[in-house]
Parts: sequence; C-alpha cells; structure tokens
Amino acid sequence: MPGLLERETHAGLQAGDERLARSELRRQIGRLERELAGLAAEAFPLRTIETPIGAPPGPPRIAGLGELEQVRDALAERIGEARRALAKQAELWTRNRELLERMLADPAAYKWVRVSRADVGEHGCGHWHSRPRLGPLGMLMGWWRVKVSSGCPLAGRLAAVELQEAPG
Amino acid sequence: MEGAGARPEAAWEPSPEHGRVAPRVAAEFPGLGIAWVEVDARSGPSPEAVRRRLRDLSDRFYGAHAIHMREQPIPWSYRVFFRQIGLDPDDVRTPAEQLALDRLHDGAFLTRGLPADAVTIAIAETCVALRAYDAARLEGRLCIRESAPGESLAGRPGQLEHGTLVIADERAPLELLFGGEPGRVVDRDTRRVALVAVQVKGVPQVAVDEALWIAASVIQS
Repeated sequence: MPGLLERETHAGLQAGDERLARSELRRQIGRLERELAGLAAEAFPLRTIETPIGAPPGPPRIAGLGELEQVRDALAERIGEARRALAKQAELWTRNRELLERMLADPAAYKWVRVSRADVGEHGCGHWHSRPRLGPLGMLMGWWRVKVSSGCPLAGRLAAVELQEAPG
Repeated sequence: MEGAGARPEAAWEPSPEHGRVAPRVAAEFPGLGIAWVEVDARSGPSPEAVRRRLRDLSDRFYGAHAIHMREQPIPWSYRVFFRQIGLDPDDVRTPAEQLALDRLHDGAFLTRGLPADAVTIAIAETCVALRAYDAARLEGRLCIRESAPGESLAGRPGQLEHGTLVIADERAPLELLFGGEPGRVVDRDTRRVALVAVQVKGVPQVAVDEALWIAASVIQS
C-alpha cells in the first residue's frame, strides 16, 4: 500500500511537472509568436515574411510536450529566417543608397542606371535615373544628370487609362 | 438606431451567461472561457443601418490593418492559442483574421443578412471569436471540453478523435472549438439566437462583453 501511494504521488508529480513544462512551452510560443508578428509587420509592405510553420494536421487538442516543442522550434526557426532575410534586405538597401549617393555625385559614371524607391527601402513609386540632358546631344557631349521621377501615377490618370482600355 | 420600435444601444445591458470549461482543459489553458447571450432572432436581409455600418467598417479597413492586426493583443492571443491547440493560424485562420482576409478578398465586408452581419460587425470591432447558434437546438448550458470516445458532431460523418476540443451543450458536442464548420447554425426557422463568445488567455472580459453587446444590439436594432 505505501508503495502504491508512493507511486501515485510520483505519478502525480510527474503529471504536474509535465503540465508545468507544457505551460512553459506555451509561454515561449506566445513570446515567439509576438516576435514573429513584429518582424512580419516590420517587413510589410516591401517584403513578405513567411509565418506558416506547417503544424501537423488534426483537430484542436491539448497538444503534448513533443508537439509544443515542435511548434516552438518551428517558430524559432521562422524567426531566424525572417531576421536573416531582413538583415540581408537592409544590407542591400544600404548598398543601393550608397550607389545612389555616388550616382547623384557623378551621374556620368553611372550611365542609364536606375534606382527605384523600393531598391532603397522607401515606399512609393519614384525612381532615380541617370540620363543624358537633351537626349542624343547630351550623350555626345557627356551631359549626364540624375532625373527624379514624379512618383506614383495619380488616381485620375489611372482611371483614364482604364477607360481607354475598356472594350467598346 | 432606426425603425419603429428600435431600442437604443445604450439602453440594453447584456448579462452574459458563462459556461463551464472542463477541469483538465481549464488546468491546461487558464483564461479559456465561454460566454453567451440569447436574443430574439431576426433573420433575413440586414436593414440599411446595418449594411451602412458594414460599409463604414470596410472603409476603415486596409491591407496594412490585416498585417498589423496580429501584433494587437486580442488577435495575438487567439493566434497563440491556436498554436497551443495544434492549429496553425496561417492555415486555419482565427475568426478576426479570416474576416480580414475576406474583407481584402471581397473588397468589402459583404452583407450576409442577420444574424451573420451582427457577428461580423462584432468580430471586426473587437476581434473576439464569436458565433451564433439556434438557441432552440441547444440543451442546457454550454461548455468547452474534450470529446469522449465514440462522440461525433451532429450531421457529420465519422467520429471525433478522442480528446478533440469541442464546444458542447449538455447533450452532445456542437462543433470544434476552432477550425471546424459551424454547427447548429441559425436558419429561417430560428426564433432565438445564442451569441457565443470564446475567450482565451489575454482577451479581457470587457472585450468579450463588448462583442456580445455589439452583436446583440445589431440584431435588436
């Protein structure tokens, strides 16, 4: 009898420990989910961060330790991927901004190079384009300049295009 | 509020009933709860005031909103809970996120008549998971529990996997807690609607009350 009681107590302790472990894993999942959501929001709209983790199919259930660990690890992996992707993106934007600065300083050295706002991590449709002043004459004379586009087309102009393209 | 006999929203005070969460489930998920109110049903097309409210909500809602939604406390809480019960919220969407996606896909919150529009408005306003049942088809109090061996959902083929988290009345499971097709939904013959909110850890009680209040007020408007 004492042995049985001892075993029951031990089993109870184990169950309690497992519950605590699941609780801790759930807490970690919550923290990681918040971090991933933050990264997805930070990247939007210039980049999409993949957030699905491919959870095993099944109905809603009390997920066990192994399953929760899988979810936590998958989230951590997603966050790692997202951070690496964002860091790579930031590095590219920095390089493009440096290119733009050099291009603005010496347009003739960057003939026909075009840098968009998206290339430097800015919103909108504008771009910088190294072009010759006065067309072919400028090309022959080496009169190069960086032309800044006027940005996104206005809604009215887009509507006019749609009207033109509409059949009939 | 418009129309003869309409009640002003402020005059109506809901007193939600709170259901039981099975002890094993409650021990695993503190903060999980279920609450509901019953109101007289008004089925059919939504009145102009409700459709206008849907349009106003549509105008306030953009793509960026859908992306940033998951950073907000309540949608985040549901996403976390989904992950904790083995669902991927990017595959099986939380109610608020599904609504956001539908809004972006359709270009607006489309009207589906009452009481569906009331539920849509309440979810869009509060992000609380809400659903509507035909109150006459419910027996006793609602609860959240694990399915027992051999149980199935009414009108669905096959048995539920043992331990599936379900919303149930005192007779049988009504539907999966999340991620399933709605059960015992409202139809033309429904006389009373049970508006049911599922609360998870991180969702304040005041938000649940507000969701129920908004949905009930819209139905009664």
